Amino acid sequence: MREMMNMIIVLTVLTAFSGGLLSAIQSGTAVKIENQVLKFQKAPAIAEIFPEATNDPLAERFNVTTDGSELQIFPGILADGSKAVAFETKGVGFGGPIGLMVGINLDTDQIIQARVTTHAETPGIGTRAKDDLSFVGQFAGKGLDTNFALKGENGEIDAISGATVTSKGVSIAAMQAKELYQKLKPEIIKQIK
Amino acid sequence: MAQSLAKEFTKGLWAEIPPFRLVLGLCPVLAVTKSVENGIGMGIATTFVLIFSNLLISLLRNIIPSKVRIACYVVIIATFVTIVELLMQAYTYELFLKLGIFIPLIVVNCIVLGRAEAFASKNGPVLSIADGLGIGLGFTLSLAALGAVRELLGNGTLTIWGGTPVFEMGASFLPFQFMIEAPGAFVGLGLMLCMMNLIGKK
Repeated sequence: MREMMNMIIVLTVLTAFSGGLLSAIQSGTAVKIENQVLKFQKAPAIAEIFPEATNDPLAERFNVTTDGSELQIFPGILADGSKAVAFETKGVGFGGPIGLMVGINLDTDQIIQARVTTHAETPGIGTRAKDDLSFVGQFAGKGLDTNFALKGENGEIDAISGATVTSKGVSIAAMQAKELYQKLKPEIIKQIK
Repeated sequence: MAQSLAKEFTKGLWAEIPPFRLVLGLCPVLAVTKSVENGIGMGIATTFVLIFSNLLISLLRNIIPSKVRIACYVVIIATFVTIVELLMQAYTYELFLKLGIFIPLIVVNCIVLGRAEAFASKNGPVLSIADGLGIGLGFTLSLAALGAVRELLGNGTLTIWGGTPVFEMGASFLPFQFMIEAPGAFVGLGLMLCMMNLIGKK
């Protein structure tokens, strides 16, 4: 009995201590990590979504509040003068959350381009969602009336063979983007001037 | 004392150099040694974890009940691995992207758990740090050496740190694509082990 108690106490103290230490370090590095993600993940994605933007979408970013959480919006002015926004949504993949940056034209409600940002997918399998541009390229030019589910689920998106879970995560992120956009469009237009 | 300290430190550099002599921790060795830079990054991350987990386990060696010792070791190791992961994301994000999934996998690296069980749980903190540092440096050196061979033959470049190559083979060099793939790591590892045995033979 004494030995049992001893084991329970040692393990509890150890895990509690490690939890406390990790949460302290997490909160200490959160801002830095967010800046790094912005620089190395979001910035390249946005550069590919708005290759000919005449403004600086990164510098002009702003937040809109939805259901208590903040969504970062990157406004872009396209070469032909029409306005667009890009923002990131998350779906759940094989190794954790997958971020999808979606650019939507505010005038036509069409997706301009989409790019995968942060992910933890299996190298060589799930990572094709990010590296093989023909997969995320499917979203380009699609209107928001499109069903972004996978083809196997009566949608219009071709899954990557061998990486169904990853593909589904991306498709869920796209569906979420559509939903958020439809809900937040008035708010976004108000803020974008 | 000083003599045994030096002994514990230097054994990791040759006599018990992890991937070659102990043949442990092969998963990261095979996966990340596509370039010297990746190898050094992985080695430093592992060294950090080794030093701190060895230190903590050695300090707690009389408190941790032997029946749950493995669980305690894993908690300690996982904590330090998560710290490394967060720090790498905050300060060396590009390297973090290249090493990706293999950073969290340090938790199940046999070298770290092996040193905890075989050394830190039986020795004092100072010796344990020396042991962790030695084994970690040995691991870093082996990864860098294997990375150098594979990068030089497979890609024709050598990149020590920061993404810009310090040496290039020139346009007339045709890279062996094979050396960058996983089988190249096995062949490279085997040849290096063979050479080490040849040198060490009395």
